[in-house]
Amino acid sequence: MLPSDPALRVKALETILTQKGLVDPAALDEIIDTYENRIGPRNGAEVVARAWSDPAFKAALLQDADPVLADFGFYGRQGEHMVVVENTDDVHNMVVCTLCSCYPWPLLGIPPGWYKSDAYRARAVREPRKVLAEFGVTLPEDCAVRVWDSTAEVRYLVLPQRPEGTEGLDAAALADLVSRDSMIGCAIVSAP
Amino acid sequence: MTRVHDMGGRFGDGPVVPEPEDVKFHADWHPRALALTLACGSLGLWNIDVSRHARESLAPKDYARFVYYEKWIAALADLLVDTGALSVDELAAGQAQGESPLAQKKLNADAVAGVLAAGGPATRPSDGAPRFGVGDAVRLRARSENVTVPGGHTRLPGSAAGAQGRIVRMHGSHVLPDSNAHRLGEAPEPLYAVALRAADIWAHPEHPKDEVILDLWDSYLDPA
Repeated sequence: MLPSDPALRVKALETILTQKGLVDPAALDEIIDTYENRIGPRNGAEVVARAWSDPAFKAALLQDADPVLADFGFYGRQGEHMVVVENTDDVHNMVVCTLCSCYPWPLLGIPPGWYKSDAYRARAVREPRKVLAEFGVTLPEDCAVRVWDSTAEVRYLVLPQRPEGTEGLDAAALADLVSRDSMIGCAIVSAP
Repeated sequence: MTRVHDMGGRFGDGPVVPEPEDVKFHADWHPRALALTLACGSLGLWNIDVSRHARESLAPKDYARFVYYEKWIAALADLLVDTGALSVDELAAGQAQGESPLAQKKLNADAVAGVLAAGGPATRPSDGAPRFGVGDAVRLRARSENVTVPGGHTRLPGSAAGAQGRIVRMHGSHVLPDSNAHRLGEAPEPLYAVALRAADIWAHPEHPKDEVILDLWDSYLDPA
């Protein structure tokens, strides 16, 4: 069987598949380059910044995200059916995939290690406030938490609250403030 | 009973450890495992539900000890052997025995961008109209088991089985993974976002206002 060391196992599998003509190593390089360098949370941050700046865009995004995101060019694998949920003073949204690691790739890239961890998958649904505290987030006592468990092919993006004191910033400067974790619902966006 | 992957609500896991955004992978072989899995998916030998079920079908002790991409590679090897794309002898020898008849389906480098951008939408027209609308109260299936295939794939988390919830969003009609994972057809059904009160699924909810929202198929639900 394949070697027990996973690094050797992956290499052995790639070798056999390449010999069989089933895999093109250059295609693997291309896939890796896509998710290491080209698709990442900056995409989501641009969408958030636009939503903060343009009420009609925001309304359309919350109503039916797919056509809006397609116009942005942010459609693709693991982002075919998007729903954007808005954080307010009354409701804080968080996203998890308890069954696996579903995540909006075209907007945020590959999920971080903690998102795929047993601890996050197990705990985010049962004790979201304790998990948020581990990210340094404390919510007001009367704010409800809604945890979206991605159990189907629908992918969720959190629209964080725009911080006070950012009225003068343009879209690019706003996007710089938006962290990946804030779009999963595990961080609050702060003013610069 | 569900399988080992259904861990929502489980006790005993440690803290969540945040990470900076520039950490994409934790070892050089991780991106290779990811890319190998995506590239093999293009051969058309399985669908996304078949591949999810392959990962979930790892022995619980392996699932628990494997790092993330190790699960992917183990499931990929299982799928390649199950579909006849590779033989056990080839895996054992680390050497291919001749070119595959599927070689013309190989994902070439110049096709990668198009394939990733095209995605694989799960929406399909379905025969049945939605039985529920936004605001309707529903009762979730009592057991988080595949009703057709023992030990089969399902998307109803065990922690929520039997609970009452309310429809908060309509997602249209989607492929039913319980069927598609076992190559029994796409069997599309209406899909809904269903909100459950934390107090209805946990003995010690953190806050009376908190909710968990699940995406659930029509056949998982009854009127409440």
